Amino acid sequence: MSNRRTPLYDRHVALGARMVPFGGWDMPVQYSGVIPEHKAVRSGVGVFDVSHMARLSFAGPDALALLEDVFTNSVAGMKDTQVRYGLVCNESGGILDDVLVYKWPYGYAMVVNAGNREKILNWLDVRKAGKNVQIMDQTFDTTMIAAQGPRAISLASGLFEADISALKYYFAIPTRYQDKGCVVSRTGYTGEDGFEAMVPNAVGPMLWDELIAKGAVPCGLGARDTLRLEAAMPLYGHELTEEINPFQAGLSWAVKLEKGPFVGRETLVSAALDKSKPTRVGLVLGGKRAAREGSPILKEDDTPVGTVTSGSYAPHLDRSIAMGYVPREQSVPGTGLKIDIRGTAVPATVIALPFYKRAR
Amino acid sequence: MDLNALRYTSSDEWARLDGDTLTVGVTAFAVEQLTDVTYLELPSVGKKLDKGQEFGVIESVKATSSLYAPVAGEVVEVNAEAVKNTNAVTADPFGAGWLVKFRVAPGTNLDHMLSKAQYDAKCAGH
Repeated sequence: MSNRRTPLYDRHVALGARMVPFGGWDMPVQYSGVIPEHKAVRSGVGVFDVSHMARLSFAGPDALALLEDVFTNSVAGMKDTQVRYGLVCNESGGILDDVLVYKWPYGYAMVVNAGNREKILNWLDVRKAGKNVQIMDQTFDTTMIAAQGPRAISLASGLFEADISALKYYFAIPTRYQDKGCVVSRTGYTGEDGFEAMVPNAVGPMLWDELIAKGAVPCGLGARDTLRLEAAMPLYGHELTEEINPFQAGLSWAVKLEKGPFVGRETLVSAALDKSKPTRVGLVLGGKRAAREGSPILKEDDTPVGTVTSGSYAPHLDRSIAMGYVPREQSVPGTGLKIDIRGTAVPATVIALPFYKRAR
Repeated sequence: MDLNALRYTSSDEWARLDGDTLTVGVTAFAVEQLTDVTYLELPSVGKKLDKGQEFGVIESVKATSSLYAPVAGEVVEVNAEAVKNTNAVTADPFGAGWLVKFRVAPGTNLDHMLSKAQYDAKCAGH
């Protein structure tokens, strides 16, 4: 089966992007290069096509009950237009996906990882049995564009009917772009301020062009990955899998065990107290050589204790950083470890996450 | 630099033979594929290598590639400046971004390597 193309595909090709398959889509991995794109987001503003992310909306009297059942964070406690991060877990507490839930006055929405779209749709279908809720997949009808960086909000001034600068972090607003209904949320996956806009496909390319004309640098999945790694945001399929529970991943803040029953809760109650499983850590390496996913993590005596889940040269920090899973005894910041990079044991030190935090 | 005077490998190294000294680097095509070079690991002076043996590593943000000796030889010089400042490889792979000089046995030739035309054809089919 050939990969899907977003409504911005022709724009990417015209901009000279290198296209790669990702989550069933042909996506731009880079335009000018990962390093300049990464730095543009840290210092100015970058723009990303994130239309591959799955966008679902929920209506009906039981929408809240369904979301409360499948989502580890609290939905009932959300204010109108609030956005909340959390996990969708299976019965054994393993992570099926990490998602954002949006609360509207008239219903809910969820943004799901591209590669997990069908899995989550199937899961929702199973869990909604007996409930009065309608789920609409809007992925293919809307274009999703992320503008990220310290100048992202000011750059978008006047683009949308609503004043985006009044949006609080992790809140969204239904507004209009080119007289078409759309949604803008103050969210992102880079560790910078910025927004994500979901607009009808008819005006998607126009918004993309307008942001670039105003000075936003087009950025690909390569920079998106190094940016989220510096910000220590987990990536599904790497830090998060069905074999890992949220407590191991350092995401206890996104699990509300006290909110009442939800899928996986019983297992997660004991997982919260279980100190025997490996836990996610950040590692700073000596030198600039990248530790790629799968590289063994060793103790100082060369005993293997874990595995790298993401690693790269970090363009803003100008050093090699990695995340991985190690036993709790090895997870204390300051612990000296090594990473086996293709036969060479490179020294690495555990540090408190995130690697990079923007000044507020 | 006359690129026609160089010989090439299918793994994107270039080589130039001056007497018994072979200078090796990576091609502009390789750098373009890698994009910005972030890390370079080169052998120690004195290391003896067989033809086809890995002699180093070149990395960009997204990829790690091995470097292979196009002929047998002994490392006589490495470009320490390029290791320190990998931008030299990104900016000038056929010049300031050279990687390693090998001393090769008398009579060594590069006839098994690709000509520029052959290498360009390989890149075009990439």
